[in-house]
Amino acid sequence: MNMETTTQAIRPEAAASDPASVETVIEARNLDLTFQTNDGPVHALKDISLEINRGDFVSFIGPSGCGKTTFLRCIAALETPTGGSLSVNGMTPDEARRNRAYGYVFQAAGLYPWRSIAKNIKLPLEIMGYSRAEQEKRVNQVLELVELSGFGGKFPWQLSGGMQQRASIARALAFDADILLMDEPFGALDEIVRDHLNEQLLKLWARTNKTIGFVTHSIPEAVYLSTKIVVMSPRPGRIHDVIDSTLPKERPLDIRDSPEFIEIAHRVREGLRAGHGDD
Amino acid sequence: MKSLLAVLTVLAAIIAFWYAACVPMNIKGVLDQAERAGAVVTPAAAKERRYMSEIGLVAKNTFAIGETWVQERPRLPAPHQVAVELWQTTVEKKVTSKRSLIYHAQVTLSATLLGFAIGTGLGILLAVGIVHSRVMDMSVMPWAIVSQTIPIIALAPMIIVVLYSIGVQGIIPKAVISAYLSFFPVVVGMVKGLRAPDAMQLDLLKTYNANTNQGFWKLRLPSSMPYLFASLKIGIAASLVGAIVGELPTGAVAGLGARLLAGSYYGQTVQIWSALFAAAILAALLVALLGLIERLVLKRMGVSA
Ligand SMILES: Nc1ncnc2c1ncn2[C@@H]1O[C@H](COP(=O)(O)OP(=O)(O)O)[C@@H](O)[C@H]1O
Ligand SMILES: [Mg+2]
Repeated sequence: MNMETTTQAIRPEAAASDPASVETVIEARNLDLTFQTNDGPVHALKDISLEINRGDFVSFIGPSGCGKTTFLRCIAALETPTGGSLSVNGMTPDEARRNRAYGYVFQAAGLYPWRSIAKNIKLPLEIMGYSRAEQEKRVNQVLELVELSGFGGKFPWQLSGGMQQRASIARALAFDADILLMDEPFGALDEIVRDHLNEQLLKLWARTNKTIGFVTHSIPEAVYLSTKIVVMSPRPGRIHDVIDSTLPKERPLDIRDSPEFIEIAHRVREGLRAGHGDD
Repeated sequence: MKSLLAVLTVLAAIIAFWYAACVPMNIKGVLDQAERAGAVVTPAAAKERRYMSEIGLVAKNTFAIGETWVQERPRLPAPHQVAVELWQTTVEKKVTSKRSLIYHAQVTLSATLLGFAIGTGLGILLAVGIVHSRVMDMSVMPWAIVSQTIPIIALAPMIIVVLYSIGVQGIIPKAVISAYLSFFPVVVGMVKGLRAPDAMQLDLLKTYNANTNQGFWKLRLPSSMPYLFASLKIGIAASLVGAIVGELPTGAVAGLGARLLAGSYYGQTVQIWSALFAAAILAALLVALLGLIERLVLKRMGVSA
C-alpha cells in the first residue's frame, strides 16, 4: 500500500455501515495482566474482551490506574499479557509489531532534540529502510497532513507543545501502519489547542482510513472523536461499558452542543461514576 | 564587565598572597646570603636564626623584605620571576632549542594526545560493551574502578620497566600511562550517556522494530554526546598528568616532566614553577579547545538552544 492512495482515499461511507465488509483488526479475549511488583502483584487488566474493527476510532476512558495505557501497550506488544488471548491483524501482537502494523504516539512528543522536525519524521523511515526519495516524499506528505508544512527544518525546541505533538503524530503516520495507537496525546495541552487538534485528528482519520486506539481522560474528547467508547474502571482494570456512537462521521466542533452528543457524554459519565462506586 | 572585575580581583588577591608568602618562605636564605655578604642581620648567628620563626625574622630584618622577591634560587619564587622565566623560555628561545619550554611542552603534548586518543577509544569501546552486555557490566566495571585506586606514581615506573624489557620506549610508555588515566572518566561518562535515553525513547524504537545497532547509532550515541564531552575534558587533563608522570621515572631529557625533574636536581625553583605553569596553561588550552569542539558539535546536532 503506498501513501498516495492511503492519504487520498476518502473513506467509503458504505464500508463502515455494510456489515459484510466489517473486518476485525484487534481482538481481545479474556485478557488478563498482573504485574509482579515489590509491593506484591498488581492486577492491571482483568478479563478484557473487545473487538475493534477496521476504520474504528476507539477511545479508552477511565480514571487513572484503570489500565488504559497497559491495554494499549499490550496491543503494541510492549507488555505481555499474563492470560487470555490478543490478536492484531490476525497475528500475535509481537508479530504485528515486527510487521510494523501500528504507529504509537506517546503522551510526551519525545522528539529527538538533535534532529530537525523533518529528520525526526524520517527516523522510522530510516529504520525501516525506505529510500531517500521516498523519505522526502513521505515527510512532505505527513507534514502537510498535520498542517506543519514549512516547519520541517525547525528543531523541536523552536515549536510549541501542540506543534511538537503534531510532529510526533506525523512521525507515527509516516510509514504504512494502518493502526494508530495514541496514549493521551493531547493530555498536556490546553483546551483551545486541544479542540483544534481534535478537529484535525478527525479529518486526518477520515483521509487515511486508519484504525485508531485513543486513550483519554476527557469525556468531551472521547465522545467527539470516537465511533466506539470503552469505559474502564480500576482495581482491577476492566471494561465497564462499551458505547457505540450514534454521531455522524462528519463532526463540526459545535456538534458538542447537540442533544445526541450530550446524551452519549451523559452515558459515559454515568459509566465512569458507577465504575468508581464499585470500590 | 562586573564579572571581569570579580575575576581580576580574585587574581590580584592570589598574586598579593603569593608575594606575601614569598617573604617568610625566603627570609632565611636571604639573611644567610646577606650575612655572607657582610651585612648586619639580627640575630647575627645562623645557628640562632635556624630556630626562630620566619615571621619573627622578617620583623627583625625588614630591610631584607625586598630581597626575598629577587633571589636566584628562592624556596618560593615570586610571580614576576616565574613570569620572566616563562617569557624567556618561550618567546625569546627558538622552538627547537633544548631550553625552550615550547619544545618541552610539545614533547609532552604529543604523548598526551596519543594517550588521550588511546584512552578515549578504549573508554568508548568498554562503555559500549558494558551498556550492551550484562556480563561485561559486571566483569569490567569493578576492574576499571580498582585500576584507578592504584596510585599512578607507584604504577608508572612498573609500566615503563615492563615496556622497556620488551623493547618499547620513547613516546609509547608515556602514552600508555596517559591512556591509563584518561580511559576511566570516558568509560564512566559514556556508560551514563549511552544509558541516558528513557524508557519511552526505547519503547518508541521498539515500536519501529529497530535493531540494537540502529538503537545505538540513532538514539544512544547522540544522547551520550554531552556526557562524552564532559568526560573528555576530565580525560585530557588526566592525560597530561599521565604524560608528565611518565617522564619522571625515566629521567627523560625532554618534556615538561623532565624540566620539573632537572629543576629539582639543581634547585632551580624558578624553572620548576615555570614548568608547572606551562603544564597548567597547556591543560587549560586543551580543555578550552575541547569546549570549542563541543560547542560546534552540539550546535551541528541542533542541541544548543
Ligand atoms: N510496568 C509496571 N509495573 C508495575 N505496575 C504497573 C506497570 N505499569 C502499570 N502498572 C500498574 O498497572 C495499573 C494500570 O496502569 P496504567 O495502565 O498506566 O493506567 P492508566 O493508563 O489507565 O492510568 C496501575 O495500578 C499501575 O500502577
Ligand atoms: Mg496512562
